[in-house]
Amino acid sequence: MNNRLKTLFAAKQKGLLSVYFTAGFPALNDTEEIILELERNGVDLIEVGMPFSDPLADGPTIQASSAVALKNGMTITKLFEQLQHIRQKTQVPLVLMGYLNPVMQYGMERFGRKASEIGIDGVILPDLPLHQYVEEYKELFERYNLSKIFLITPQTPEQRIREIDSQSNGFIYMVSSASTTGKTVGLGEQSQAYFRRVANMQLQNPGVIGFGIHDKESFASACNHASGAIIGSAFVKALQQEGSLQKNIQSFIQSIRN
Amino acid sequence: MSYHVNEKGFYGKFGGAYVPEMLYPNVEELRQHYLRIMQEPGFQAELQVLLKDYVGRPSPLYFAPRLSAKYNTKVYLKREDLNHTGAHKINNTIGQVLLAKRLGKKRIIAETGAGQHGVATATVCALMGLECIVYMGEVDIERQAPNVARMKMLGAQVVPATSGSKTLKDATNEAIRDWINNPEDTYYIIGSVVGPHPYPDMVARFQAVISEEIRAQLLEKEGTELPNYVVACVGGGSNAAGAFYHYLDEPTVQLIAVEAAGKGVDSGESAATSILGKDGIIHGSRTLLMQTADGQVTEPYSISAGLDYPGVGPLHAHLFESKRARFMNATDDEALQAVLELTRLEGIIPALESAHALAVLERLQAAPDDIVVINLSGRGDKDLSTYLKHFHFDEQ
Ligand SMILES: Cc1ncc(COP(=O)(O)O)c(C=O)c1O
Repeated sequence: MNNRLKTLFAAKQKGLLSVYFTAGFPALNDTEEIILELERNGVDLIEVGMPFSDPLADGPTIQASSAVALKNGMTITKLFEQLQHIRQKTQVPLVLMGYLNPVMQYGMERFGRKASEIGIDGVILPDLPLHQYVEEYKELFERYNLSKIFLITPQTPEQRIREIDSQSNGFIYMVSSASTTGKTVGLGEQSQAYFRRVANMQLQNPGVIGFGIHDKESFASACNHASGAIIGSAFVKALQQEGSLQKNIQSFIQSIRN
Repeated sequence: MSYHVNEKGFYGKFGGAYVPEMLYPNVEELRQHYLRIMQEPGFQAELQVLLKDYVGRPSPLYFAPRLSAKYNTKVYLKREDLNHTGAHKINNTIGQVLLAKRLGKKRIIAETGAGQHGVATATVCALMGLECIVYMGEVDIERQAPNVARMKMLGAQVVPATSGSKTLKDATNEAIRDWINNPEDTYYIIGSVVGPHPYPDMVARFQAVISEEIRAQLLEKEGTELPNYVVACVGGGSNAAGAFYHYLDEPTVQLIAVEAAGKGVDSGESAATSILGKDGIIHGSRTLLMQTADGQVTEPYSISAGLDYPGVGPLHAHLFESKRARFMNATDDEALQAVLELTRLEGIIPALESAHALAVLERLQAAPDDIVVINLSGRGDKDLSTYLKHFHFDEQ
């Protein structure tokens, strides 16, 4: 496998900033502008959220952005239209993140083919279980050169982390604490101990920490333990501020990384 | 054809455990231990005593003479409405709370639609001295107020679900999110044969006492364990699963699952999943699901809070696709008509959910010698304000 994720992690092992946003939010056609603006501000990796009506792993912020995006008319078909020519404009690694049902209805084969044509690098489907992926879809993902990214949590047993590592290619999404998205309780001693435990396991895939990363301090703290960190809800909130997308994105990213 | 769950957690192509990694350890712990714990003699002894002395089992199998005369067939009602707390739901909550205790859990969460499962959960938590949090859609909190009051009286915290259609689906989402946020001390008592494996199988096993008793009771009354029809309403499908369970492999017994048609199957306001749904994933299981072409879950509708759900359990999806069960449906109006009919013919006020099962009696066209068992899943106390309003008794 050789895609933009591999290149990114080969070139940069520390302080990677990854940002999640919900496609179709705040407005239906903001997708391209948000991606390009994030890249201009030095974001290393972008997760494009495919909105779902019943986002089980998400807290209120992403629930709300998903509901707005769906109301705005976002669908997987629409998103692929918007991204059709994105690779003429940017080479930033792009990962699609969403729930299984809309992808299943679109058709997994068709989804893989289309994502690969566009130049998508990876996919996160939190409710697609590992063994189901391995049995039914792994071959398809590899054929289309798409990294499949799995989550681990502080409760994931060591043996399962090893299994996930062996089936992953790209990075491992380390959920910071037992939580839905958007909690900002900070990375306590339990989280830190888990980060250290995973770091000591010497996995083949780099780890990126997500969930609850919301400001400069939590970003820096997460980066001490992994290749980088993912910001989702806090960024989605920033997009709702008064003012232009450009200004909001710029000031948010600067607040994380100045 | 097998109608039982296979070792991978599937009924045909339906079922499985499509859960995010955050839930994996909890669901896996349950999967590894549920059968072993349920088979322990100590567990069974405790369960059987509670079912008998606390719930009041066996529930009677009542021959309904005037209903039988009206439809010119032999109608029996399985009286789950006479259970403690007023519905079949407690068969499952007693079982699961005993399991939760054996797994060392201290905090119990549940979702509820009609409030019957919430009340049954709050009840067993009071009995066991466990903390109890029940998620309930805002719309349902309004339309099932008596059950909200009972839950509070029992010491449960009732948390409103305010997203989506503010009904059962949304309450289930919130309960799952709670479980993600509290993975260590919390046990989720799911109220129907839905959710990730092993829940559908576990809940069906706890409800299977219904058909186990029907067999013995019918043998005594009719000289046969096998009726011609077993009829039950289907929300998620737990009372139906319990009533069907010991008849799944008896091909002469027709299994009739009745869904809520709401204002009519084609009205856009319905919960008839077998007709309106397609293969999809909801609440951790692959099943039939009402959804848009883009895979977004659509908002169901039924006057009955317990049937107002856009999916059915994976067992029922399999019974539908394999044609082992026949799926019928009843509208709001037909269900309400059936409520009044049972009340006036037999002196029994049924729950709105159960009334959907009663409402198909005429369409069954059963023969005079046929035995029809209808699972009367619950009593109508919680629905009285709806009934008073609909039948204008509040104006007299
Ligand atoms: C009396 C009664 N019957 C039926 C149902 C529907 O649930 P299920 O299909 O799981 O039996 C409910 C749910 O709340 C109920 O309260």
